[in-house]
Amino acid sequence: MKTIRVSIIGFGAVGQGVARVLIDKKEYLEKLGLDFRVVAVADSRTATINENGVDLSAVLVRKQSEGVVGSEKLTGLEIIETIDHDLIVETTPTNIVTGGVGLQNMLAAFKHGRDVVTSNKGPLAMKYGELIEVAKAGGSRFRFEATVGGAMPVLNLANDVLAGNTITNVEGIFNGTCNYILTRMMEEHAPYEQMLAEAQELGYAETDPTYDVEGIDTACKLVILANCVFGMNATHEDVTITGITKITPEALLLAQNEGYVIKLIGEVNDSRINVAPKLVPIDHPLAVGGSLNVASVQTDLSGPITVTGRGAGSIETASAILSDMISIYRD
Amino acid sequence: MRVSMDIELKDIPGQLILALRPVSELKGNLISVVHHHEKRTPRGTIPVQLVFEIKPDKLNDIVSSLEENGIGIARIDEKKFFEHGAVMLIGHIVHTDIQDTIDTIDKTGYAEVVDLNLSMPKINMASSASLKIDAISKEHMESAIALLKEIAKKKDLLVIEPIKSIGVA
Repeated sequence: MKTIRVSIIGFGAVGQGVARVLIDKKEYLEKLGLDFRVVAVADSRTATINENGVDLSAVLVRKQSEGVVGSEKLTGLEIIETIDHDLIVETTPTNIVTGGVGLQNMLAAFKHGRDVVTSNKGPLAMKYGELIEVAKAGGSRFRFEATVGGAMPVLNLANDVLAGNTITNVEGIFNGTCNYILTRMMEEHAPYEQMLAEAQELGYAETDPTYDVEGIDTACKLVILANCVFGMNATHEDVTITGITKITPEALLLAQNEGYVIKLIGEVNDSRINVAPKLVPIDHPLAVGGSLNVASVQTDLSGPITVTGRGAGSIETASAILSDMISIYRD
Repeated sequence: MRVSMDIELKDIPGQLILALRPVSELKGNLISVVHHHEKRTPRGTIPVQLVFEIKPDKLNDIVSSLEENGIGIARIDEKKFFEHGAVMLIGHIVHTDIQDTIDTIDKTGYAEVVDLNLSMPKINMASSASLKIDAISKEHMESAIALLKEIAKKKDLLVIEPIKSIGVA
């Protein structure tokens, strides 16, 4: 049995999802010969630490009832720097302006030679090149499948599963909130504002929906794809962006009469990175509804390979994180 | 453009090569050749149907070349536009002179707006339109859409294009 000492930094929906998945999959992981022992958990205010393994169920209960994970006043950064462990699961909130605490956490982790698995796209969209370099210098392994499309495997698909293929283009729907709003506008022939309000009520859209509906969230994911799959050194300033706020129900209906749906499509290849509403033929693999994400990877040897999946959700995102954790430590 | 042409060949060896050579020499792209050897014309010639793509300004040269070689042309059916595209427009489409938007595309000579469906919910609200455009070739279609996007930028209209991979997936 291989024991991997883990910290979970950031205990919002995704961090909690990771804790739940580690509890649920304990037996399965043991069969693989892996014991992921969580030695520290931190949220934005508190931390809990136990070198012999934190009781994850108790931490989840405490977070639910008291809103905090523990009583210690250690920050995530202090845990990364002082507690002896192998892997940091970085699930702090995304900040695409500065990279946020996530960026500091990742850089510190690599400086101490620790591995990082993350769902936090801010640091990657901002400082991809630097992070990869520092990780390499520290001998650290760095995986981030959960940053692009939640449970939908696109980075590992392009880089690992399709190894040997040259990827010429990736296009798809990378934002479930926009897809939900456009799908509902078409179904109900209702205006954008009304369906945004519905998405907010259901928790699909944030109170400030700008990142999603203006296409910025999609742009960040494309930047990660551009850097990770196409070896570019792009930032979100290299993306041309048009959001969905001007789409009308009449346009959706006219498109439907011509055999199309309108989707917010992100496209990346070696010459351009673009986010814009596009016409997608109704029977095309990219025409998925609801809050689903979809990506079509165009390859030289295999043609187009299309994957679809849930782009968000705590357990779904945790599944991508778990898959990265297993792939690092499974021999 | 794509040309469908019925020609008549004398029943002697080498005639088909003679008929196809000008098409290839003028950089045409042969799509199909159907040789009706069993159906002779009353004049005793053999009807052949050719379909090829060619730059519009080269068609006359092909016709002259065939005539010089003594090959009869019974029918020419040219289809100038065989690339079909669709786009959506959203914004104040009518108030920003829709006629001008259409004319700018039509005046290119390589693309035309062939269909327009307009939806105007209320006088002060943005309208939506679906436009069908025909063009000479894929490249010309791209130029037409690029031109449309330029006009749209000036008129503050949103252009929604089809995804690129339509023909691939």
